[in-house]
Amino acid sequence: MTKAAHPVLVLAGAETGDLRALEDYRQTGGYASLEKVRTLGKLGPARVLEEIKQSGIRGRGGAGFPMGQKASFIPAPDTTAKPIYLVVNADESEPGAFKDREIIERVPHRLIEGTQITALAIHAERCFIYIRGEYLTESEIFSAALAEAEAAGLVSVPITVHRGAGAYICGEETALLESLEGKRGQPRSKPPFPALVGLYDAPTLINNVETIATVPKILEIGGAAYAKIGVEGSTGTRLFSLSGNVVRGGNYELPHGTPFRELIEDCGGGIAEGRKLKAIIPGGSSTPILTADQIDTPMDSASLEKAGSFIGSASVIVIDDRACMVQLALRVTQFYMNESCGKCTPCREGTRWLEMILRKIEDGRASRTELELLLDVCDRVLGKCLCPLGDSSAMVVASYVEHFREEFEAHLERGGCPFGGTSSLAGVRSPVDEIYRGRVGQEAAL
Amino acid sequence: MTELRDEIRAIAALYPKPKSALLPALRLAQEHYGYLTPEALREVAAALGTTPAYCRGIASFYDMFELEPAGAHLIEICTNASCALVGAAQVLEAFERELEIKAGETTPDGAITLRSAECLGDCGRGTVVSVDHRYREPVKPEDVPAIVEELRRD
Repeated sequence: MTKAAHPVLVLAGAETGDLRALEDYRQTGGYASLEKVRTLGKLGPARVLEEIKQSGIRGRGGAGFPMGQKASFIPAPDTTAKPIYLVVNADESEPGAFKDREIIERVPHRLIEGTQITALAIHAERCFIYIRGEYLTESEIFSAALAEAEAAGLVSVPITVHRGAGAYICGEETALLESLEGKRGQPRSKPPFPALVGLYDAPTLINNVETIATVPKILEIGGAAYAKIGVEGSTGTRLFSLSGNVVRGGNYELPHGTPFRELIEDCGGGIAEGRKLKAIIPGGSSTPILTADQIDTPMDSASLEKAGSFIGSASVIVIDDRACMVQLALRVTQFYMNESCGKCTPCREGTRWLEMILRKIEDGRASRTELELLLDVCDRVLGKCLCPLGDSSAMVVASYVEHFREEFEAHLERGGCPFGGTSSLAGVRSPVDEIYRGRVGQEAAL
Repeated sequence: MTELRDEIRAIAALYPKPKSALLPALRLAQEHYGYLTPEALREVAAALGTTPAYCRGIASFYDMFELEPAGAHLIEICTNASCALVGAAQVLEAFERELEIKAGETTPDGAITLRSAECLGDCGRGTVVSVDHRYREPVKPEDVPAIVEELRRD
């Protein structure tokens, strides 16, 4: 499926099956990087961090912060009285993302190996892996692999598996820490950053599953060689989660800089049922939408920013010409409304307003003023909250209006959905519909 | 309920600070009582040295905790973007027809609760349906009667 010329790193050895058993992982050279760090003394902590810095790897969770730089903010153990922690973020909840799930299912030992190498490099006392609560099967697979690795003496820095309980916001690193401390998962104000004041106010490095699972391969091939894969500023390979209206959805590991066309057409087999491409969500539902004519955009940070969006969590959602973009914007907004933690007023209230106005537009009850009000609300949310949830919601809605304004206006002019019930999203409901059935009072405000 | 308290304290010992065990403790109590009854919350609070009100405040924040009785089985249908584009609405409707309830409700015999869900993280194989937190995918409307039948037999 992926072209033979592409290097496979994170899923190496698992192309045809999984490497859940320790023996299978070892046969592909697994744990060799950790052995080098632990026994041969060839790779001391400073050298490991240097290789990671050289590799240029940026966080795979969505924010894209360089891992080496983040790790370098962790104080040296002799300069802090507190323990140092490593937290692996496996709270994968971004709509469209399912790559961490696949890493845990297919190469759990690579994640364990990466955790150990990273923990030793930053002198961490303990590691925690925060797995989203819905990933029950994945937490079992990980725990089984961990038990096997522990029995083989491969785990010198203890790892605690911690399951979440259903809250998108806990993927945000400071909300995750709050949740891990037994609190509501509400983001903290930054600074101070977790590297200095993290879990239990101690220095904490937090990285995404994919980032950590790449570390053994960086040491295996060397940071400089890793940096040659992909493009400048977005080095290495990436697990692209492909979903929506494609023939073969799934995770495809490709170098950064690969165009959408190759992912969608060569890997994914093109648009399902021979339909026409209408839009692409490039990095999960929190990233601004792209139009069909942007299909040749390379998938890397700089190219996507130039195209008006972000690479985010590299979760590509393909949308064919049957979709009503107002319905899609509404469904996406309902997600943010439901998942807003409620801490910052602009996000808590703003997402509700966006949802109400979008519903009115979809139902054909909105005036032209209300389309402008929609954009005005976006402005009033953007940049006014502690975490990116509200921002994402606002930027995304604004991008739908920007690229598909005619479709929004057609709803106003016709007094209803121009698709007349034939949209692929017709009749879709969300948890918000179940929770807030009596919405009459709210709309009276409009 | 000393047994539940002992189990919770054993989990708490795995963390540097016992309060970190709150989510696993609430999950354990929920499995034990069926849902987080006032007594369940009192037990968790007593085991971890906090208050039932605090426990309730935490439980109400997270989707996977039940503060009211729910069905013996839970069916959740992802209706977020990727699944919505490939027909999640029709899958949800098929479950509603088969169970004769609306999303958000529980069958009158208390056997099955039906809900729509936010992204469950298996988007490449939509529509994703989670039955008692185990994923079935991809689910089409025609698969629905067999899933319901399987749960009814249980």
